[in-house]
Amino acid sequence: MSSFQTTDLNQSNRRKESLVRILLGMVTLTLIIPVGIILVTLIAKSEGTFSWAFFSEFPRNSMTEGGIFPALVGTLWLVAVALLASVPFGVAAAIYLSEYAEDTALTRAINLAIINLAGVPSIVHALFGVGAFVLFFEFGTSILAASLTMAVMTLPVVIVATRESLQAVPQPFREACWNMGATRWQTIWRIVLPNSISGILTGVILEVSRTVGETAPIMFTGAALFLPFLPTSVYDQTMAMSLHLYVISTQVPDVPEGLPYGVALTLIAIVMILNSVSIGFRTYLRGKKKW
Amino acid sequence: MTSTKVELAHRASANAAALYRGRAWWVDRVAQGVVFLGGLSAIVFILSIFIFVAKEGLGFMVADLNIKEFLTSPEWRPTEDSPTYGILALMAGTASVTGLAMLIAVPFSLGAAIYIGEFATGKTREVLKVLVELLAAIPSVVWGFIGLSIMNPLIMELFDVPVGLNVLNAGVILGLMAAPIMTTIAEDALKAVPDSYREAAEALGATRWQVIFKVVLPSAKKGLVAAILLGVGRGFGETMAVLMATGHAINLPTSPFDSVCAMTATIAAELGETAQGSPHYQVLFAIGISLFLITFVINMAADVFVRGGLGMRSKKA
Repeated sequence: MSSFQTTDLNQSNRRKESLVRILLGMVTLTLIIPVGIILVTLIAKSEGTFSWAFFSEFPRNSMTEGGIFPALVGTLWLVAVALLASVPFGVAAAIYLSEYAEDTALTRAINLAIINLAGVPSIVHALFGVGAFVLFFEFGTSILAASLTMAVMTLPVVIVATRESLQAVPQPFREACWNMGATRWQTIWRIVLPNSISGILTGVILEVSRTVGETAPIMFTGAALFLPFLPTSVYDQTMAMSLHLYVISTQVPDVPEGLPYGVALTLIAIVMILNSVSIGFRTYLRGKKKW
Repeated sequence: MTSTKVELAHRASANAAALYRGRAWWVDRVAQGVVFLGGLSAIVFILSIFIFVAKEGLGFMVADLNIKEFLTSPEWRPTEDSPTYGILALMAGTASVTGLAMLIAVPFSLGAAIYIGEFATGKTREVLKVLVELLAAIPSVVWGFIGLSIMNPLIMELFDVPVGLNVLNAGVILGLMAAPIMTTIAEDALKAVPDSYREAAEALGATRWQVIFKVVLPSAKKGLVAAILLGVGRGFGETMAVLMATGHAINLPTSPFDSVCAMTATIAAELGETAQGSPHYQVLFAIGISLFLITFVINMAADVFVRGGLGMRSKKA
């Protein structure tokens, strides 16, 4: 039997294919490399900014010296309150959509609402926060108003991640439980949720990362340019990392160059760490799953 | 979840278990009510966004709004003695920046999606996917800062222009921001094309490129259009990056080196300086309503392409 002979056509096709492959590979790299360069620049320019004092001191001298301590604490407050508000709603909505909802007009309307909540511009969420939480519910510009605004905004993240991990629980698990005489809720509480809790957690981590970086929704609802003290309740205003970066890079004159680079790098680091944890967790779970 | 007959029978047994109205029955009822309210909350929130933003802007829209001036005048002078509120320049700013961003993001994200989805294998593929996901996570205020501090001097030097904060700067930044998200959605669309299509084409002797170009891309067309639409929506709604990188000057742009001002950025820059209830304050909310409606339409259109519209569940191919 004679071996396969490559024809001219075959060879030219193969050349074409490897050309396309290299071209598309380069396109992919062009997306990633600029970000690499940017990261290296950020690291280089923020050299000397980082010290214990950078993280533990208040800004001094109209924010041209000192650290970012109150902004870090403020971001923690904002994230914590936003999570408390959005996780219960998000998980409940996901349970309804995954475990109860039939394919009705109402379910479709809910799905559409989720898509649009995720797509509405952040500044429109900010306007909503001002109109609803600051003015109508009279929370004033406060952590509460800002966090609730962000909670509404990040709700789709929780819903989508939770719904996905609920639906990843195999249907026979539920059926076995139902046939043992359990009610719907007993099945959800004892079987479905325990088997999907880690997936829900990865979604929550993603939400935290998103909330940390948001700026527009908190500008007018509760974040302050500068405060010489830490917030003591949800009715106080607070500084925040993201707004702090905007303020010292655009609103404050004579800021030493390294300072905003340091804040930007810290912000990226927090977000990247959170996302990596979430991705790593997800990969680990996928490997561990027995079904 | 599709309701098959078997599943209906299973559900019936769950419901039968609940016929005995003990504590478990009541807990089940209450829980169902609670999660139903959770589901409804999404609708309540999207409606209240519209209502509250419209409510704040309504006074202006009813009393003072000159639709023709609002939409066709490039004169945005809200703080002068006889203020004019034309958002044409703002719309042109948003459109020019989003347009340039899409010129960059569409080819790159589709190219990257094809590479990741169809060429890359094993570890390379996983690493690239993770990297793209991480890129999508960089906060917009950080992108804005990058435009301000890294792109700005770079553009001034490269093109020998006096100001580097312009359409070009914001367009590139926005393109880099939107591309990872578009890549992820486009890759999902490619993944949804069944392998049997590829195998059939390969069995006919098609090369990898022919398979992709003649079989995979045409079958994934709708999902790819949706990816582009969502990218456009994201560009439209982006606030902080655009505020910091465009130079924020009212301008009808004639070249990529003109500074412009976007609709979103105008709200962010001016809301803090207006008195609550003043015409200027209200007109900013009117812009907000326009943004809400535009992105609403874009998202609906994308949904129609992905799932046949009206919030239908995605059909497995």
